Amino acid sequence: MRDEHGIDAEKLAREYKGGIKAVDGIDLRIEPGEIYGFLGPNGAGKSTTVHMLTTLLPPTSGTARVAGYDIVKQGPQVRASIGAALQEAALDPFLTGREHLRLQASLHGLSPDERKRRSTELLERVGLTRAADRKIKGYSGGMKRRLDLALALVHEPSTLFLDEPTTGLDPQSRTALWSEVARLAKAEGVTVFLTTQYLEEADVLADRVGIIHRGHIVAEGTPDELKASIGRPTVEVTPADPDQHEAIEELLRNFGTPTAGDPLTVAVRCEQEADLADIIRALDAAGLHVAQIQMHEPTLDDVFLAKTGTSLEGAAEEEEEEEETEEEELEPVKA
Amino acid sequence: MTSSVHQVLEIARRSVVRTLRQPAQIIPNVTFPLLLLAINSNGLRAATHIPGFPSNSFLDFFIPIAFMQGALFASGTAGVDLARDIDNGFLNRLALTPLRGWALLLGQLGGAVALGAIQATVYLGAGIAAGVRFESGVAGAVLLYALAILIALGFGTLGILIALKTGSGEAVQSAFPLLFFLLFLSSMNLPRNLIAVGWFRDLATANPVSYMIEAMRSLVITGWDVQALVLGFLFTILMIAIGLFGSARLLKTRMART
Repeated sequence: MRDEHGIDAEKLAREYKGGIKAVDGIDLRIEPGEIYGFLGPNGAGKSTTVHMLTTLLPPTSGTARVAGYDIVKQGPQVRASIGAALQEAALDPFLTGREHLRLQASLHGLSPDERKRRSTELLERVGLTRAADRKIKGYSGGMKRRLDLALALVHEPSTLFLDEPTTGLDPQSRTALWSEVARLAKAEGVTVFLTTQYLEEADVLADRVGIIHRGHIVAEGTPDELKASIGRPTVEVTPADPDQHEAIEELLRNFGTPTAGDPLTVAVRCEQEADLADIIRALDAAGLHVAQIQMHEPTLDDVFLAKTGTSLEGAAEEEEEEEETEEEELEPVKA
Repeated sequence: MTSSVHQVLEIARRSVVRTLRQPAQIIPNVTFPLLLLAINSNGLRAATHIPGFPSNSFLDFFIPIAFMQGALFASGTAGVDLARDIDNGFLNRLALTPLRGWALLLGQLGGAVALGAIQATVYLGAGIAAGVRFESGVAGAVLLYALAILIALGFGTLGILIALKTGSGEAVQSAFPLLFFLLFLSSMNLPRNLIAVGWFRDLATANPVSYMIEAMRSLVITGWDVQALVLGFLFTILMIAIGLFGSARLLKTRMART
């Protein structure tokens, strides 16, 4: 079903006991039919945002409208308009794929004929026709994710929430899922809110990307706009002799700011219009030997680094450590 | 919008299907009480010589215990299934549909009722084959069958209550021995008036499980004992009501939709 409203959020926040702000007053404007990539490490607030927007978790402050309905005051209407595939593909191992679709369709009020038609159509679309009557415990991770997507679409929602839909998938399954999500948005006008911690996913699939870090949106725009906002390329040098690592790092500081990366390489984000030839001449003049040198254009990870001071990978580890220590405190407070 | 009855039936259908597809869960639940019945009806039959013992067949006296044990097993099944749904996010999937909370609860109990019915059929069949004679006749056997299923439903609500409180299948399984303890502190092995130890007799008298057992037992060994039946049904219905009321309250937190 074509969406005509998109998603709006104003100062949306969720606070837990102990004053921990999982989401700290975010603003969103997502156009109908847009694929919005919500990028951030584990624990950044992505899933909490999805839970609020899908009405599963009341916000502690702020407002949001999904498909034209208020997420607090019009929960049933929101739920009738959305489909959601949450972080874990929550399926019953003892039911078959077709039985899942039947249950979901039936609870959404589809008639027996509609159920049958829609199930057949969706199973075919996600490539599970042959596996439809097998129990889920025999499904691969990719098959579960595809069924999860089919279940989210069974009642023809106008807005789709996908919470890290490709985590743990092989490249082939990931690409297939991307194609289907892109088709839904472009051909059917479905608004897609997609959380991911994969840079490539956000880059390839999303029309616009919001980067969330510690409950705040720190950057937003199209992938190209975000990368252009960094503007400067990164030079990465692999020393031929590991003993020269420090000397090369020192020299490259003249050309830019060191960035996090492979510990065996030295990487700097150039501060001015860099000329690779100048860097090579400087290395040669200093008698420093390199095994490899490359210059690459900014990536979304560079954007993340520039906005948060840490790379997405590093932030994920940091957030995970914090999650382990804070887990006991994360009891929701009454909204 | 789907009708409430339709929602209950859909959830019950799922619950029954998943229960029937786990033979490893059903077979021990059915066979263990039968084994205990076979051992006790032979090993403890000397108890029938105690003056005032209400039956000269320990099998007749003890067969309600098989139904009670089956009901307790059914409570574990219902609770563990729901706890798994909470743990793996299936409850969130259901919460995103127009499913009503109470329809989920009643539907979810479908598995417990199905398991209770299977067990009751087996115990009744095995008992009659082994020579159990119903003083209340065929109608009494039918009533015992219905009460056994109601008791399974009641313990199922307790299993669901624990699942909703803890959200953990392990916690439900850990609570199971506590429920079993209630069975041992009842008039399971002896009529209350023949329990010589005062504190044990008092505990058995205060234990609602005693009245459920005695209602079933009366149909086998006494005939139509209205008082025993009223008390048995009353405590069973009370257990169902408390289980459902508590579960409905807890479900509001577990299924906290706006």
